Amino acid sequence: MTSLPQTTHRKLGLVIDLDTCVGCHACVIACKGWNTENYGAPLSDQDPYGADPVGTFLNRVHSYEVQPAAAPAQLVHFPKSCLHCDDAPCVTVCPTGASYKRVEDGIVLVNESDCIGCGLCAWSCPYGARELDAAEGVMKKCTLCVDRIYNENLPEEDREPACVRTCPAGARHFGDFADPDSNVSKLSAERGGMDLMPELGTKPVNKYLPPKPKDTWEGEVDVLAPWLEPVATEATGFLGWLDKALEKI
Amino acid sequence: MTFQPPELDTSPKVSDEIRKTTCYMCACRCGIDVHMKDGKVAYIEGNRDHPVNKGVLCAKGSAGIMQHNAPSRLRAPLKRVGPRGSGEFEEISWDEAFEIAASKLAPLRAKSPEKLAFFTGRDQSQSLTSFWAQSFGTPNYAAHGGFCSVNMATAGIYTMGGAFWEFGQPDWEHTKLFMIFGVAEDHDSNPIKMGIGKIKARGAKVIGVNPIRSGYNAVADEWVGITPGTDGLFILAMVHELLKAGRIDLDYLARYTNAPVLLDCDPKSEDFGMFLRSDDGKPLVIDRKTKELVAFDTPGIMPDLTGHIRRAGVTHHAVMHQMAEKYLDPQYAPEAVAERCGIPAARIRALAAEVARVAFEEPVVLDREWTDFRGETHKQMVGRPVAFHSMRGISAHSNGFQTCRALHVLQILLGAVETPGGFRFKPPYPKPVEAHPKPHCGVTPGAPLDGPHLGFVQGPEDLALKPDGSPVRIDKAFTWENPMSAHGMMHMVIANAHAGDPYKIDTLFLYMANMAWNSSMNTSGVMKMLTDKDENGDYVIPNIIYSDAYSSEMVAYADLILPDTTYLERHDCISMLDRPISEPDGAADAIRWPVVEPDRDVRGFQSALIQLGAKLGLPHFTNEDGSAKYADYADYIVNHERKPGIGPLAGWRMGEEGLTTGRGAPNAAQLKTYIENGGFSVTHIPKEAAYFKPWNMGYQDWAVGMGFYDAPAPYIFQLYSEPVRKFQRAAEGIGEHQPPDHLRDRLKKVMDPLPIWYEPFEGTMVDPDRYPVHALTQRPMAMYHSWGSQNAWLRQLHGRNPLYLPTKLMREHNLSDGDWARVSSAHGEIIVPVMEMAALNENTVWTWNAIGKRKGAWALDKDAPEATDGFLLNHLINELLPPRGDGQRWANSDPITGQAAWFDLKVRIEKTNAPTESQPSKAPQKSPVGQGPKELRWKVGK
Amino acid sequence: MHPAPSIIAFTTLSGLGLGLLFWLGIDPDPSGGWVGFTFFTLAFGMTGIGLAASTFHLGHPERALKAFSQWQSSWLSREAWAAASAMLVMGLYAFCLIVLGVHVAVLGWLGALLCMATVGTTSMIYAQLKTIPRWHHWSTPVLFFALSLGGGALLAGKISMAIFLIALAGGVQAYWFWQGDLRFGDAGATIGTATGLGDRGSVRAFEPPHTGTNYLLKEFVYVVGRKHGDKLRLISLGLMTVLPLMILLTNPHHLMAIIAVLSHVTGVVVSRWLFFAQAEHVVGLYYGKR
Repeated sequence: MTSLPQTTHRKLGLVIDLDTCVGCHACVIACKGWNTENYGAPLSDQDPYGADPVGTFLNRVHSYEVQPAAAPAQLVHFPKSCLHCDDAPCVTVCPTGASYKRVEDGIVLVNESDCIGCGLCAWSCPYGARELDAAEGVMKKCTLCVDRIYNENLPEEDREPACVRTCPAGARHFGDFADPDSNVSKLSAERGGMDLMPELGTKPVNKYLPPKPKDTWEGEVDVLAPWLEPVATEATGFLGWLDKALEKI
Repeated sequence: MTFQPPELDTSPKVSDEIRKTTCYMCACRCGIDVHMKDGKVAYIEGNRDHPVNKGVLCAKGSAGIMQHNAPSRLRAPLKRVGPRGSGEFEEISWDEAFEIAASKLAPLRAKSPEKLAFFTGRDQSQSLTSFWAQSFGTPNYAAHGGFCSVNMATAGIYTMGGAFWEFGQPDWEHTKLFMIFGVAEDHDSNPIKMGIGKIKARGAKVIGVNPIRSGYNAVADEWVGITPGTDGLFILAMVHELLKAGRIDLDYLARYTNAPVLLDCDPKSEDFGMFLRSDDGKPLVIDRKTKELVAFDTPGIMPDLTGHIRRAGVTHHAVMHQMAEKYLDPQYAPEAVAERCGIPAARIRALAAEVARVAFEEPVVLDREWTDFRGETHKQMVGRPVAFHSMRGISAHSNGFQTCRALHVLQILLGAVETPGGFRFKPPYPKPVEAHPKPHCGVTPGAPLDGPHLGFVQGPEDLALKPDGSPVRIDKAFTWENPMSAHGMMHMVIANAHAGDPYKIDTLFLYMANMAWNSSMNTSGVMKMLTDKDENGDYVIPNIIYSDAYSSEMVAYADLILPDTTYLERHDCISMLDRPISEPDGAADAIRWPVVEPDRDVRGFQSALIQLGAKLGLPHFTNEDGSAKYADYADYIVNHERKPGIGPLAGWRMGEEGLTTGRGAPNAAQLKTYIENGGFSVTHIPKEAAYFKPWNMGYQDWAVGMGFYDAPAPYIFQLYSEPVRKFQRAAEGIGEHQPPDHLRDRLKKVMDPLPIWYEPFEGTMVDPDRYPVHALTQRPMAMYHSWGSQNAWLRQLHGRNPLYLPTKLMREHNLSDGDWARVSSAHGEIIVPVMEMAALNENTVWTWNAIGKRKGAWALDKDAPEATDGFLLNHLINELLPPRGDGQRWANSDPITGQAAWFDLKVRIEKTNAPTESQPSKAPQKSPVGQGPKELRWKVGK
Repeated sequence: MHPAPSIIAFTTLSGLGLGLLFWLGIDPDPSGGWVGFTFFTLAFGMTGIGLAASTFHLGHPERALKAFSQWQSSWLSREAWAAASAMLVMGLYAFCLIVLGVHVAVLGWLGALLCMATVGTTSMIYAQLKTIPRWHHWSTPVLFFALSLGGGALLAGKISMAIFLIALAGGVQAYWFWQGDLRFGDAGATIGTATGLGDRGSVRAFEPPHTGTNYLLKEFVYVVGRKHGDKLRLISLGLMTVLPLMILLTNPHHLMAIIAVLSHVTGVVVSRWLFFAQAEHVVGLYYGKR
């Protein structure tokens, strides 16, 4: 049955660094490319050259403006794909067992040949991680590139999700959250990895690293002031100082 | 019932074969792995071994598969059958196409070669296209640099022998503070993203200076939302603060720059403002050890920054003295510039202080011994880990040259150029201005031009002027209106050709430049110029030949179309003779090769050009017996030698004792070897030669070996630019080459040999109350100019472009997201949808560039959102500034380099009712390739 | 949520049909013959058309049988079982009653129970979804039961029962409408929690990931007709409850009874349209929409 596994052996997932993501959409298209050619049905596009192009994507980059109380507004780029939740509601609602969470690594997948395309899993997902492909009539979602990460036809260094491999800024990290010493566990611990919509109780595996504090020098003028202690206020004084300074070289 | 997980093949076959070539989804030139299945392109990813992108790839690159298969691809040569602009064509054979082209061009070459204007756009084969134009004999050749970032490139070359992007990059491994000014996000896009990621992972800080906080500025730790066009003032305020605090690298300035060079400081002297030189022309300095007057490069000296001497009654001071006098002036104090720049004085100070702290408190020291050009050996390499980067944001203003100079001077004052942690050159740069050619314009009918078209003037004597003082070139490059227009002025060609000013031309030959749309200022005007007829009913610009791979807007305006291939179907070389893909630690070049053969009757433009050259009998493309010298571009890449031993590709040449790099004879197996090696060749610089390159004899010798120079050419950085002073001096009335009187005052002012700031021209010429708002464009990272809109995947990301308004202006005009506004400039008006953006300079509006499309172009539906909602800001920008009192109209360009001043635009915003579509709306063009399919289910493998 | 006609038809018709079957099943003195045949045809017809309609929104209706497999975890699977067994048992009951002329009361009671189980499972498909706070509430199943039983009673001609239940359904519906407006806020999900950026300042959606639409926006962010929401709610209540009650309380003849039925069904359709159209999915937060 598609009840969730009690535990999974590994907890594979992503860390997404909101401090570093420049919003370039590289991950979006690498994902589209890989998953169009691989895992299951291609990600189709309707009216691709027309007035209302609509296609299936498994990863999309939003952007948000944050207005702090007393600082300039900030812009945060925000990639979003399946979070491979520990308590994934999309799995338990599935009537056919097509939607399942793997015991070995926690990846949430759709077995497309069992999917009836009822859409309920997408309804149950708070994150918009699932999209019903209009051409194929089955639910598509991030597979964490399950056909890359174990793929023996790929060199070992390429056995990571397409989005991670392509990310130019290195804002995406892939690893095993069940291992406290993994890169992702450590990054998440060091940088305060966040859950999205924790109040919905889905226990996402993917973590988001919050942006670091910004625009802090406004208030640090005094701290920095010694670095601009004048040696002179006009040219003559400066040249005098220069002469002395050159003696010391 | 236990759940049985389905059988899952976690090791499916990825592809039959990987073919490695170079991306062309933008100008970044990343290496790509093209996965093939059944002979078709199945998937594209970054090449991990490639020096540019090291495996990563941007959205455009990954979407290449949709570009390669785009329905907008042209299929065969086309001859226009309807009126210009209609898009009505008939397909013809290549033989007929060449026959038509030759019938127009051969008579021109025989009588008046200048009547051919050959201009290329985002061309990565300028070494060939310029060579062809030179062989044809026309002086009228350039690529798109003039409307792109020539200010940055030229200011960099004149100041320090290179600029950003292709010339150099931050030392990402060591820098501790990265400051980025206005950058088009597709310029060096992956390397910058990789660099930012790298330094952020190290905890280093990023400062973004940009009116708009998107992209790189969104991840900046500190954002400086500067008022457009005031960057120079802000930079000079930082210079003011750093000088005042003595936070400059004195040792570096003394050794490696012209700060100690003695300058004639007597206004009454004939040579006022010129360097004191030795009899053999070398600038002189005072040696601090011996107090003697010596040539700057004398071995063993320590040039004195406070040097001064009185000679023949004339006072000479070191350049440093002049700089102190100039920049310590209170006009550059933070308080004096704060309001104009839109940055509080305290914040300018804090930024300067942090730059100073990192530069001088946290130096990077590498234990690498090296010897400088004065023969002194240094045990270590000491660097200032503050790195800068900038592109169009500061470049595309009419004060851009001086602003870019200011930025380069700032880096140099900090000792942060070519030192660890700072900015580093990529071979073949650094290269001083003297090592570049000067512009050539000697026309002889029936014979080649007397040398390369483009180059760097060193004084008024190098301008491209006829004896009567009129311009030789159709674009008026290298004239008193813009003396240092090193990349030409493509944005002026159509307007000048239409006006017959300075003369009429016969044939306009363009490649890969969407001049009838987003690549032109004044788009509506240009469309009209291209279709205007004279009193006889003939087109004012008689013939237009165009080469493009896709059904762009420009296609509709040409009489003859030479259809290009897609980037996966072609040969190319990214050459040391042009703009290679080198890294600071190595020289690298690369190729493209047909990883798939075209399934249409198209040819790579370069091959077509070579074949046309042979048909015209151009000397460099024809053997003595009249036969074609090269079969196609691949043949040319391998066998052409620009000078003995130096060809388009540096890798795997044939030396006397086997294969060699740099200098060597052609090698028939060269392309095959490139392909086997991933499509590129890298030669690493020895570690001891990797920094201090302009002065490091290790580097100089290595560069000679590679063929970049014929002999070592060490030089010092030009904080004070004597060539610029020469033009100013001429404007003051000195010398035999004199500017026209109406330009004297302007030249005196802008041709300041030390960086200055002046208000961008449009701002001074339009009524600030009527047009109070700055308007800019940016390129989305996922789109490259117009190319992205034909791409089924990318156009879903950016299918329409709103005008982004800051919160203050939204409130002021009572606008909400989705409302429409009339945006007017002194030149025109558009009606467009608006959206609010808070992280934006409060007096600036902006939109994404080149999303808007003409109906019928790019094989899109005529109701595509690009055509109905999307818009171009270009309609608001003219090639010329508004008329002045004296009836003269100045080009809307930088007065020094002629760079198109796109970002000077000032506008007015008014709320308006929603029209049915964005305005102005243009009549549709007929698509010569039909329209794309209704659905895509792209999967190559079965 | 996108008010898909197939799902509106399904829940409306099958709710009424199952409600009618319930009353037919528990009737201590059921009519056989043509009268019984007519009632059962109507009930099975509505339920059957409803169930058939529900398959129209499937991407792969031919695989619908697979939906029986996950009854241990999935409400949708349970619904499939409940619906199928309800139809089977009630079919058998009707066969005995009409064809054989035998009233097997136990079968009727069991069938009636299964009918209500079907309505219950259907309602739980919606009520279980935390992502749609308006649905995720005990009142959702109550509303479904009340409407099914009330409508069924109306169709079955159980006038007094119908009066009571339709009045009850109207009350529950009104409560569900207006109290439901608070639920999204009560659930606590905001653009701040959705992005994790809420503690840094006020968060506003800037550029969406795509300038056109997509499956998520079409399916979950339905904003058409929102401004007429209150009007439509009153229309729904008027047609579903007020008008039928007025007619029933005046002891109607057949024609008026048919008008009462049609009015009620129309009211339920409007209610169901609003059920979807006014339900806000939390994913809208990512798009700055609700």
